[in-house]
Amino acid sequence: MCLAIPILVEELLPDDMARVTLNGVSKVVSIALLEDVRLGDYLLIHVGYALARLDPEEAERTIAMMREAAVPGLADMAESRP
Amino acid sequence: MKHIDEYRDGTLARSIAATIAREAACDRHYQFMEFCGGHTHAISRYGIEDLLPGNVQMVHGPGCPVCVLPIGRIDDAIKLAMRPEVTLCTYADLMRVPASAGANLLKAKAAGADIRMVYSTLDAIRIAETEPHREVVFFAIGFETTTPPTAVAIRLARKKRLRNFTVFCNHVLTPPAIRAILDAPVLPEGGQVRVDGFIGPAHVSTITGTTPYLSLAAEFAKPVVVAGFEPLDVVQAILMLLRQVNEGRHDVENQYIRFVTTAGNVIAQREMAEMFELRESFEWRGLGELPMSALRLRDAYADLDAERRFAVETVPAADNPACECGTILRGLKKPAECKLFGTLCTPETPMGSCMVSPEGACAAHWTYGRFRARDRVAV
Repeated sequence: MCLAIPILVEELLPDDMARVTLNGVSKVVSIALLEDVRLGDYLLIHVGYALARLDPEEAERTIAMMREAAVPGLADMAESRP
Repeated sequence: MKHIDEYRDGTLARSIAATIAREAACDRHYQFMEFCGGHTHAISRYGIEDLLPGNVQMVHGPGCPVCVLPIGRIDDAIKLAMRPEVTLCTYADLMRVPASAGANLLKAKAAGADIRMVYSTLDAIRIAETEPHREVVFFAIGFETTTPPTAVAIRLARKKRLRNFTVFCNHVLTPPAIRAILDAPVLPEGGQVRVDGFIGPAHVSTITGTTPYLSLAAEFAKPVVVAGFEPLDVVQAILMLLRQVNEGRHDVENQYIRFVTTAGNVIAQREMAEMFELRESFEWRGLGELPMSALRLRDAYADLDAERRFAVETVPAADNPACECGTILRGLKKPAECKLFGTLCTPETPMGSCMVSPEGACAAHWTYGRFRARDRVAV
């Protein structure tokens, strides 16, 4: 029920709406619950509404912390994957 | 898919799990509850339990809104839909949830009721606009994640002066449910499950922020780690919980920093506060009546409230007596321990709500877990 995924903003539309796109599929959603949405933002879309904006720096930090948490030998394997 | 695939790296998941195995004290048994159905689904789908050492176990929580909606409210929705003037708009998740006497919304639709599955509250508004002769009722359910979209629809309906749109409100709140699990009396049949810490809600927390969990963590001395729904998010959150337990801490930590802030989505909170107020009490399947745990429309929006327009009076209804949804929702039993599981009750013929929603513990176990060789044994 609460499922939602990050989707890229492609076009801003009137009336607090925006066109978002994921792997070539695009959809018009409401951005009434967010302020200052910009092209190129990744928004968390749930039942046709954007609920939150992805913070790219925090996303990078999350991945870095995950790599730090990994057992070193196995983490190297993960990093060397193509 | 950017910002999704990175969090599904199996090799990295296994290596974080190896850290969990290293850091788990061998003389200790860790039991963490993932509150959300979204986490339950991820744990089953990606086989996360199989990555964990035997003494780190996950208990499934009640965070699936479809699963906790009591039968009486589904009965109400069917009664509304059977009214000739009503068009009931609902999220698809609810169509097959069993109501009293073997009924469900799908069967009601087959019997002629005007029930339409919608993706968004905006679709319901559109139907009300294009079909002004129909009384359009939106069957609103969900936690804090799904509540703001309902609030926006109410605002739109007011702005557009729609006289044929109402909301049948069943929105519930997560903190009272977490509290109910921690507060459960120790009953002879086992009322309380031991939980050493919680994986906190992902998308609920984008709205509420992490602040509402502070008092729960402090009062019950249990760590809470808010985490995303991707498998690496869950594995990292388990490690964070384990470290808190090992260090004797019970803090609220945020793993889902890419989307969740301390304060949450203030616009959404303002919209919810404007349109909704707390009900004194609301029934949750599995948890019973919980005080201050659900929302209804404020008097200022009474004209948009389906319960008032159609004088809905909920009659409590009992679950199938053999169905263990209630105990499963409280984490007391596992799906395979229900005698209906996989026999009478499957996703095609669900007897209980936990088998209907893909996030329900039973449906997740049926889809992904039932062929696993055996339950892991604690070492």
